[in-house]
Amino acid sequence: MSAVIAAPAPGRSTELTSSRTRIGFAVTCLAVIAVMLFPLVVTFLSSVKTPAEASAVPPLYLPSALSLENYAKVFRYQAGLETYLFNSLVVAFLTIALCLLLAVPAGYALARLRVPARETVFLVLLSGMMVPYQALLTPLYLMFSSIGLANTHLGLAIVHTVLQLPFSVYVMRNSFEAVPRELEEAAVLDGCSSLQILWRILLPLSRPALVTVVLFAFVMSWNEFIAALIFMGKETRFTVPIMLVGVRQGHFGAVDWGALQAGIVISILPCLAIYLLLHKHYVAGFLSGAVK
Amino acid sequence: MKPLKQRWVGLAYVAPALLFVAAFVVYPLVRLVMMSTTNSSLLGGETFVGWNNYLKAFHDETFWQALVFTFKYTLYITPILMIGGFLLALLTAGPTSLARLTRAVVFLPVVIGLGSSSFLWVGLLDEQVGLVGRLLHDLGIVAHPPVWFVDAQRGLWAVILSVVWKVIGFGTILFVAGIQRIGEDIREAALIDGAGYWQRVRYITLPLMVRTLLLTTLISVVGSLLAFDQFYIMTAGGPRSETFTSVYWIYQNSFIYFKQGYGAALSVVLLAIVLVISIGQILATRRVPES
Repeated sequence: MSAVIAAPAPGRSTELTSSRTRIGFAVTCLAVIAVMLFPLVVTFLSSVKTPAEASAVPPLYLPSALSLENYAKVFRYQAGLETYLFNSLVVAFLTIALCLLLAVPAGYALARLRVPARETVFLVLLSGMMVPYQALLTPLYLMFSSIGLANTHLGLAIVHTVLQLPFSVYVMRNSFEAVPRELEEAAVLDGCSSLQILWRILLPLSRPALVTVVLFAFVMSWNEFIAALIFMGKETRFTVPIMLVGVRQGHFGAVDWGALQAGIVISILPCLAIYLLLHKHYVAGFLSGAVK
Repeated sequence: MKPLKQRWVGLAYVAPALLFVAAFVVYPLVRLVMMSTTNSSLLGGETFVGWNNYLKAFHDETFWQALVFTFKYTLYITPILMIGGFLLALLTAGPTSLARLTRAVVFLPVVIGLGSSSFLWVGLLDEQVGLVGRLLHDLGIVAHPPVWFVDAQRGLWAVILSVVWKVIGFGTILFVAGIQRIGEDIREAALIDGAGYWQRVRYITLPLMVRTLLLTTLISVVGSLLAFDQFYIMTAGGPRSETFTSVYWIYQNSFIYFKQGYGAALSVVLLAIVLVISIGQILATRRVPES
């Protein structure tokens, strides 16, 4: 059924016409915003306190002076922040590359080419969604240990691709299917190969889908915790979330709260930036993946 | 059109993805089941022990405790996420800019990693330096900042608080999409019939959204049954191993005690539970006619 979404007429609904409900609505919205933002704002403010103030008991709401000392500490932490950022970024980019290399051709074949037992193949590719990857970590770990992929960026990226491939294939297939077939027919008559059709016609028209695949692969890989914890056992291979485990433990068991808050802010920042810059795109991709 | 019709061309395009799934999903799955019948250990040695690991799991009190605890966590958090998410969706589904802003803010923590958000709440809830305790104290709600992680029940609620904050926007966004699909015309029609706001929610919005509600519940239930990050970071399984979740206990056995074979058996049990729940939910969704 196609429900026609009528242009919303402001003020038509009775509950919005009464000014009392309107005020109630505004107050509730503002309260929700305050509650949701409180943890983030407070953490950010704590990260720019001086280290002494960040560990003050009782805590202060606002810093009395701005200080970047906590950030400096995180930059100097163990192998140095750049090592952990590098690890996280390399793993994320390898994950993105693997997802694209596997999902683009697969989505293309499923949308346009003759594939024996097409829907079965599609279901097999989506099967990673039904099997919780947490259960696969032990056999994968043993496998990677024997072929030299333990403690490597590629090894962790493979695990992250296991997680992200179903979504990527699904998004790419849908996007290719939405391209009108007439556009390809001329190219076929001109004798273009299937690869040329994919590269010259379908891919340029599927840019939003590509952005979605890249975006979600990045955010997932950047944030993923348990596989990174297990597969990157060496300090120099830690990703940013695993670095936080160490920062929190601190020296001799005393938590360095300021450094922890600064580390959290650093780990959150890329995702926050993506969300703020590509908000509409992110939500659209999110809905297209989850609704099915 | 000739080259496109050849079967092997299509197969060649899906082959890399199929091989990847075969190598890194199917093969590990088979290996997991095989491992579960051995006493395989990272320290070496692998002898066939038949059903022994499963029998051991049956008598493993901590495993049962972890399983019960995981179900308890799921049972507590799912209704909060569903009802809370739905109410937030009702609040923010409208076309006003304040509604849209609120929606965007509610969804914001969803992009943050569960690891990062758990660390963030460790700081916020700390009884000494945490601002939640200070705020509750200043508002006169508590006399002393509460100590969250000394007791399993309180620790559980602290984790639930942090996870609700992080993922409630997930359901909200799905529900908003569902509400907006219903369309203004149906709601307007009910308005003319003189139905009040909550009546319309009860008799129009909810029935038309059953599929979305079931799907979101499934995603949330499965996600909660596999919880690890938040407990590893916030409670570390304590006190007295009371807040181990199933995945956490599997992790503990496989990677801390090096009992891979036993961990594999526990994984198979968990896999079966998740599968049964997923199939049950999917069957329930099928029974609901598409609106």
